[in-house]
Amino acid sequence: MKRRTLLAGAAALSALIAAPAMAQDEPLKVGFIYVGPVGDGGWTYQHDLGRQAVEAEYGDRVETTFIESVPEGADAERALTQLALAGNKLIFATSFGFMDPTINVAAKFPDVKFEHATGYKRADNVATYDARFYEGRAVIGTIAGRMTESNKIGYIGSFPIPEVIQGINSSFIHAQKVNPDVEMKVVWAYSWFDPAKEADAAAALLAEGVDVILQHTDSTAPLAKAQEAGAIGFGQASDMAAFAPSPRVASIIDNWAPYYVERVGEVLDGTWESKATWAGIGDGEVEIGEITEAVPAEVKAEAEALRDAIGAGEYHPFTGPLNKADGTAWLAEGETASDEDLQSMNFYVEGITAQIPQ
Amino acid sequence: MIDPLSVFLLLLSASTPILFAALGELVVERAGVLNLGVEGMMITGALAGFAVAHATGNPFAGFVAAAVAGAAISTLFAALTQAFLANQVASGLALTLFGLGLAAMFGKPFEGVKAPPMPAGPLGINWIVWLGLLAVPAIWWFLTRSRRGLILRGVGENHEAAHALGYDVRLTRLAAIAFGGAMAGIGGAFISIATVLQWTEGMTAGAGWIALAIVVFSNWTAVGVLAGAWLFGGVTVLQLRLQAAGVNVPVQLLSMAPYLATIIVLVLISGRQKYSRRAGAAAPGSLGQNFHALR
Repeated sequence: MKRRTLLAGAAALSALIAAPAMAQDEPLKVGFIYVGPVGDGGWTYQHDLGRQAVEAEYGDRVETTFIESVPEGADAERALTQLALAGNKLIFATSFGFMDPTINVAAKFPDVKFEHATGYKRADNVATYDARFYEGRAVIGTIAGRMTESNKIGYIGSFPIPEVIQGINSSFIHAQKVNPDVEMKVVWAYSWFDPAKEADAAAALLAEGVDVILQHTDSTAPLAKAQEAGAIGFGQASDMAAFAPSPRVASIIDNWAPYYVERVGEVLDGTWESKATWAGIGDGEVEIGEITEAVPAEVKAEAEALRDAIGAGEYHPFTGPLNKADGTAWLAEGETASDEDLQSMNFYVEGITAQIPQ
Repeated sequence: MIDPLSVFLLLLSASTPILFAALGELVVERAGVLNLGVEGMMITGALAGFAVAHATGNPFAGFVAAAVAGAAISTLFAALTQAFLANQVASGLALTLFGLGLAAMFGKPFEGVKAPPMPAGPLGINWIVWLGLLAVPAIWWFLTRSRRGLILRGVGENHEAAHALGYDVRLTRLAAIAFGGAMAGIGGAFISIATVLQWTEGMTAGAGWIALAIVVFSNWTAVGVLAGAWLFGGVTVLQLRLQAAGVNVPVQLLSMAPYLATIIVLVLISGRQKYSRRAGAAAPGSLGQNFHALR
């Protein structure tokens, strides 16, 4: 009798303990790892806005956490594992260099879903997502080509990877289209976020006579340097409105919120699938920040027309005829670049005299 | 093709943050204390300086605040290592982590705002760059020609002997640590106020560690610190300039150069130490050791 009550009690107790885990209202835990600090005012800041949008959309049904300033490399694996062990069922890895760590950790946690930004390796539980930044680059390249007086445009690159090279090519093609004399000078910072180094890189470009600076690094330092020298630049990843109306004359904004909200929703209703998403201006994932009054009205109108044409799918920024820098033919008249071509882009288009570091 | 003068001007400004931090650490290490918290003190100075410069509209007030803040946070390290005799390496690392976290927390309201513009100094070179250049002979004079400097070095070489002679080891070290904190603070503020003009979390991005390397590279001399800062700053600037000019340079090789130079200097020092140990060369004798007066 006594033993029976004990057993019954134990069963009741274990049911009690197990109940919350099975209950419907247990929030979905969603984790994020960021390559920079959330306060970088650029790339990571935008991803964190996306995370906040997820919280705002689903309220108590989700619980989000993030780990910031995670170095690309072995440490990322530790951070991802930590998130998976903490019970996160959906994890966003928000930098290119997290690609292999994400794949490795995903193999160990088959019931956890992973999303990797800007990469190309997928698995059953690893999806990839990216934004067509090169569409935005086409628009600001047009502005750059119109605005330069020295006909020299500077570009601060982070790492020589396809995503960045697409941006350099797209900017150059569209700058050259409106200004055939334009020259592109490229400096690699070998960092996504190093304000002092980005400032030095901008200073080096300015000393070379550049008067328009484009950047594919995440801090506002190049804008500060541009301002000192009377040059102009563009907000990168985030609006960087503190530098408007000049030197920041426009910006490329990454808007991850719609994608994050959609994917979290799919996990909640069980329809999530591994896939590759590559959205652009038309999907609202890439936005062009306000073009300020420092830009003449006709240039602004031209840039906005290009933005709308790209958004509507009427125009592809990589439309032939285009040759590679070594003079070989790439795209024929009217031909557009395929996504595969773009995702493995490792060459400059004709007219850029710099070399891609190997 | 590349105008050497413009490279030199860029180099001056690029090397200023590490020059300040390394000069401060030089004095600290000469007093026999190894403070690995340079990065933490720099970021504290970067934030405090930026906040005050933004609030008052005066960049110079910002630099004063940065020095005060750097010195203030360094007293934490001083208390741990001098009063409680905690391990210096661990305390220094803790100071770096603490400083980075503290600055990130208090820095939130300053994200996205701009610093007031900095007026150019003589010859169009920033006033703080001049100050850094003047600090080199001043510290050289202090360490090698002044009585207090000799006492400080004595404390660093052999704290037992200095104590036996009646010098206050602890007070000397406290002063040195605070000075090191102030210098690191100014170096950090140069990044936020003069270079980037904005506050961003983690903006010193490892400059404090380079400063520590430079002190070793300098063989613990002020002139050596200047040479080291110019070497590190110069290589950074030069490789960026070469890239901008379209010269195809192996960037990785250039970036490696200062670290290789540091290793070579270390090897040379250790070789020389075997044969002669003259004053003014190599690491202070009591570096990194805690002092506790037994008598």
